[in-house]
Amino acid sequence: MTAAAEGSPPLALGRRRRSSLLQTEPAQGFALISPTFLYALVLLVVPILVVVAHSFWTQNYLTIDRSFTLENYRVALTEPIYRDLLMRSLWISLLVSFFTVVMAYPIAYFISFHGGQHKGLWLFLITIPFWTSYLLRVMSWRVILGYNGVLNSGLMGLGFISEPSTALLYNTSAVVITLTHAWAAFAILPIFVSLEKVDRSLIEAATDLGDGPLRRFLRITLPLSSPGVIAALLIVMIPTVGDFVTPRLVGGKDGVMIANAIQAQFSKAANWPLGAALSVTTMVIVTAMAAAAVLIIRSAARLAR
Amino acid sequence: MPEHTPADHRTMIEISRVTRSYGAFKALDDASLTIREGEFFSLLGPSGCGKTTLLRMIAGFDNPTSGTIAVDGQPMDGIPANRRPTNMVFQSYAIFPHLNVEQNVAYGLKRLRLGAAEEKRRVEEALAQVSLTGLGKRGATELSGGQRQRVALARALVMRPKVLLLDEPLSALDKKLREQMQVELRRLQQAVGITFILVTHDQYEALAMSDRIAVMFGGRIAQVASPKEIYQRPVNRQVADFLGGMNFVKAEIVEENGASLVVDTLGFGRVRTDKPAAFVRNGKAATLGIRPERLRVLWDDAKAKFEVAGRVVERHYFGEITHLIVEIPGLENPLSVTETNDFGADDIPVGAPIRLAYDPDALVAMAD
Repeated sequence: MTAAAEGSPPLALGRRRRSSLLQTEPAQGFALISPTFLYALVLLVVPILVVVAHSFWTQNYLTIDRSFTLENYRVALTEPIYRDLLMRSLWISLLVSFFTVVMAYPIAYFISFHGGQHKGLWLFLITIPFWTSYLLRVMSWRVILGYNGVLNSGLMGLGFISEPSTALLYNTSAVVITLTHAWAAFAILPIFVSLEKVDRSLIEAATDLGDGPLRRFLRITLPLSSPGVIAALLIVMIPTVGDFVTPRLVGGKDGVMIANAIQAQFSKAANWPLGAALSVTTMVIVTAMAAAAVLIIRSAARLAR
Repeated sequence: MPEHTPADHRTMIEISRVTRSYGAFKALDDASLTIREGEFFSLLGPSGCGKTTLLRMIAGFDNPTSGTIAVDGQPMDGIPANRRPTNMVFQSYAIFPHLNVEQNVAYGLKRLRLGAAEEKRRVEEALAQVSLTGLGKRGATELSGGQRQRVALARALVMRPKVLLLDEPLSALDKKLREQMQVELRRLQQAVGITFILVTHDQYEALAMSDRIAVMFGGRIAQVASPKEIYQRPVNRQVADFLGGMNFVKAEIVEENGASLVVDTLGFGRVRTDKPAAFVRNGKAATLGIRPERLRVLWDDAKAKFEVAGRVVERHYFGEITHLIVEIPGLENPLSVTETNDFGADDIPVGAPIRLAYDPDALVAMAD
């Protein structure tokens, strides 16, 4: 510090030190994220803490008994109805994320590798369905899958079936179909981004070393795009476990999911602590499932070498 | 290093009348070329001259619009890159980032199902060839530029290709490493005896490494010859200019016969030179060229059979050599002279009169 050696006043030195502290990279980073961070703290962390706290309390008709208990968790984990609902929700979300990624990958691949000059246009087209509300998109699947729906009348018109099928709507597969469609764009985008980052000369190098199209896809493109696949899986899997509108509208009796039960506890059944315990249990299990999915995909990518 | 004589080898690559057009633009225009087995062959030219296009067509990443390419007697039409007996070292090296060095090198072998022991042996052998023994487990992202280049080389060599294609492999390296790798690449090529085709825009690289060079401009092959011949007997001004410095002197043809050419020049008088094979007469005008290092400073009252006199106008010091710019009465452009510094060329004052000796054999006649 030459300025200090030349005997500049200590006040100026102190001020400069303070300002240089503010100019350090971490400090600037914190300053940049602080509005979002505060927002998240107030509207995300605090509510979660409230929910977690409730899950250890007891509903006493209109009041809450604040003494610590694990009874809610016992009910949430052992009552067959909640266990079944949870398992079904996880199963549905797994199916949905699997199908979404499987269907999104070719689309993302096409845009990235064959989109040419029109990549932007293709991405834009993919977002068009999202201009309408989520609710409308779910409702429109009722129009397609319903008793007098597009699919039934189409199949009848072609003579494949003689009377409308009731197997299309109000069951698990209707929920899976609707959610897969609803989340498609959220899976296409991360996969597209990771495919864009795959250096094309690597694919040429694999070709040069003797690999045909399928082999070089499996050995180069797929492993290198796995971060996008993982991101897509998580983006779809985590929110669909807790989806509540879709099972309500197209799920019928068979398609009820855990979120419907949680909603019931917070409203009609008026048992907030049990609802909270169900929520926390779901969160923990989703986290575990997501972590497991990441680990499985990573090791699969490693094996593919 | 043993003298390499590819002349008696058979043809490895036959490029006949290959054109590659993109719409109206011809990246390669009616190129024909024969490359011999075991030859270190360079495609030299400025960017956009079509050299990389030609290399990529040999590899199978691009297809000729017309004409054919044959490798080892086999026409390559319709054969995809993965089934050609060629392997490539990419300019970016294209090292697979998710694999370590060993896995990168073994990449192409996996498909051949050689068995673990044989595969390991060949990987080790290839790593030893490029002096990377012991680095097999190193991750692709933990390598220096030079090491990446060696991995790319090993990965291609391990396939034992009939032809190894190198797309500007040294351009990403710093000067010192590049010069070291030039020597190593040449040594490696001599050791394995595989036909190497190098694409480069660096004339010194091409001169130092090649058995033969094809100089390309604007999609056309201008000259194919040994480095020495290309340097000493360029077919035209473009080639001469691209391969180092050259003094050009206007000349007028006074006599032309089968093997020789007699021209009149202002500075050098009447000169008889060998007629270049590709010489095409274009009226009476011609150009006479002489390399700066073929002009020697005459000290004190030393005499030479052939000499020109002039005056030093500029002096540039380069350590072991000095560049002098010398004005010769009657010549349109001053001559540039390269002189080693052992006799004090770096002390010649600017403005001093000077006499330069030359060997008439060093004068080369060129079509304009």
